[in-house]
Amino acid sequence: MLIDWFTLIAQLVNFLILAWLLKRFLYQPIVTALDAREKKIASELQHAALVENEAKQSMSEWKQKNDDLEKQRMLLMQQAAKEADDKKAKLFIDARKESENLRARLEESLHNEQKNLQQEIIGRISTEVFSIAKKVLTELADVTLEDCMVKVFCERLRKTEKADIEVMRGLFHQSNHPPIIRSAFSLTPEQCDSVNKTVIDLFSIDAKISFETDTNMISGLELSMNGHSIKWNIQAYIDALQLTVEVALEGDKKEKEHVHDKQPAQHSP
Amino acid sequence: MHLTSDEVVVWHYGFLKLNLTILTTWGLMLTLVGGSALMTRKLSGSIHIPRWQSFLEILVTFFLQQFEEAGLPKPARYLPYLATLFLFIAMANLCTVIPGYEPPTGSLSTTAALALSAFIAVPFYGIRERGLGNYLQSYLKPTVIMLPFNIISEFSRTLALAVRLFGNMMSGSMILAILLTIAPLVFPLLMSILGLLTGMVQAYIFSILATVYIAAATRREDEETV
Repeated sequence: MLIDWFTLIAQLVNFLILAWLLKRFLYQPIVTALDAREKKIASELQHAALVENEAKQSMSEWKQKNDDLEKQRMLLMQQAAKEADDKKAKLFIDARKESENLRARLEESLHNEQKNLQQEIIGRISTEVFSIAKKVLTELADVTLEDCMVKVFCERLRKTEKADIEVMRGLFHQSNHPPIIRSAFSLTPEQCDSVNKTVIDLFSIDAKISFETDTNMISGLELSMNGHSIKWNIQAYIDALQLTVEVALEGDKKEKEHVHDKQPAQHSP
Repeated sequence: MHLTSDEVVVWHYGFLKLNLTILTTWGLMLTLVGGSALMTRKLSGSIHIPRWQSFLEILVTFFLQQFEEAGLPKPARYLPYLATLFLFIAMANLCTVIPGYEPPTGSLSTTAALALSAFIAVPFYGIRERGLGNYLQSYLKPTVIMLPFNIISEFSRTLALAVRLFGNMMSGSMILAILLTIAPLVFPLLMSILGLLTGMVQAYIFSILATVYIAAATRREDEETV
C-alpha cells in the first residue's frame, strides 16, 4: 500500500497549519500593505488633483491680476507722460517769464546806470563849463559870471509873459508866502537888491523876498512862488543840449539799422 | 532503493511515527514561514517601497490575478488556501536540486492529503458561498440522473489530483535515480532541469485545478442564471 494513513492525516494537518501560518505572516501583511499603499496613492492623486485645480485657479487669478496691473501701469504711464508734458510746458513758460523779467530788470539796471553816468557827466561838464566861463569872463571882460547870470535872470524875468505873471501873482496872494530865490552860489547884497527890485516891480507885490543857496543846482537862479517857479540855470541849457544830442543819435542809429537790413539783400543771389 | 519517502521511518511509537516525508514537510514549512516572517517584518505602506517588497507584492498580485482569471470573482478570500497549495508544491519540487533531498510530493500520502484538502475545500467554500441546500442541489443538476455521476466525479477528480502529482514527482525522482546509475554525467543534469520545470508546472496545474473546482462550486448558480 503506497498510502500511509498516519502520514496522510499528518500531512493534511501540516498543510492546514502551513496555510494558516502563511496567511498570518505572508498574505495578510502584504495585502494590508497593498491596500494601504493603494489608498495612499488614491489619496495622493486626489490631493494632487485638488492642488492642480487650486494651482490652475491661482494661475488664472494671477494672470487676471497681471493683466489688470499691466493696464493700470499703461494708464499711469500715460498720465505721467501727460503730467510731464504739462509740467514741461509750465516750466518753459515760467522760464520764459523769468527770463523776460530778468532781461527787463537788466535793461532797467542798464538804463539807470546809463542815466546816472549821464548825470555825472552832465554835472562834470557843467562844472567845467561853468568854471571855464567864469575864468574867461573874469580874465577877459573883468566881470563875474554871477553878475552876468543875475543880470540875465532879471532880464528873463522881465520878459516873462503877462499871463504867467498874473498866475504867479494870484498864487502869492492865495498863500501870502514870501517869494523864494534859489541860487547855486551866494548872492552879494547888490545882486540881492537887483533881484529884489526886479521881482517887486514885475509882480507889483509888497513882500520880503527870501534868498536860499542850493548846492545841488549846477548854476543859475530860480524864483519860486507858492510852488510855481521860473528858472534860469545851466541845467535847463544842458537839458536842451541833451535833447538835441539824443535826437541826433537816434537818427544816426536808425540810419545804421536801415543800412544793416539792406546789406544781406544785396549779397543774396 | 525505496519507492516513497514514507518508507524511511526515523522514529516509531505504536501508531505514531516520524518518517522522512513529515520531516521534510516540516523543514519546508519552517523555511516558508520563517522566510515569510522575515520578509514581511518591515513592510512599508508608503508610495516608495524597497525592491523585495515589490517582488512580494507582484507575487501576491499575480496569484490574485490568476485565481480571478480562473473564475473566482473574489480571489482574496481563497488566497491563503490556493496560494499555499502552489507555494508548498513549488517549494517541494524546486528543492529537488539539493542532493539527497526527497520531495514530500513524491509520497502518495502527501499528494492524497493535498487532494483530500481540495476535496474538503470545494464543498466548504461552496456551502459558505451558496448555503447547504443550494450546494447540495447542485449535485442534482442538470437532472437527478446525474447525481451518481456528479458524486463519482468528485471522488475521481480528487483521486486524479493525487495520482497526477504523485506520479509526476515519483517518476521524476525514479528516472533521476535510474539515470544516475546508468549515465552519471550529463543526463541526470538534463533530467534534473526537466524535473524542475515539471515540478513548477505540476504546482501550477494542481492549484489552478483546485481553483477551478472551487469556482465551479461557488459560481454554479450564477452560471445558471446567466
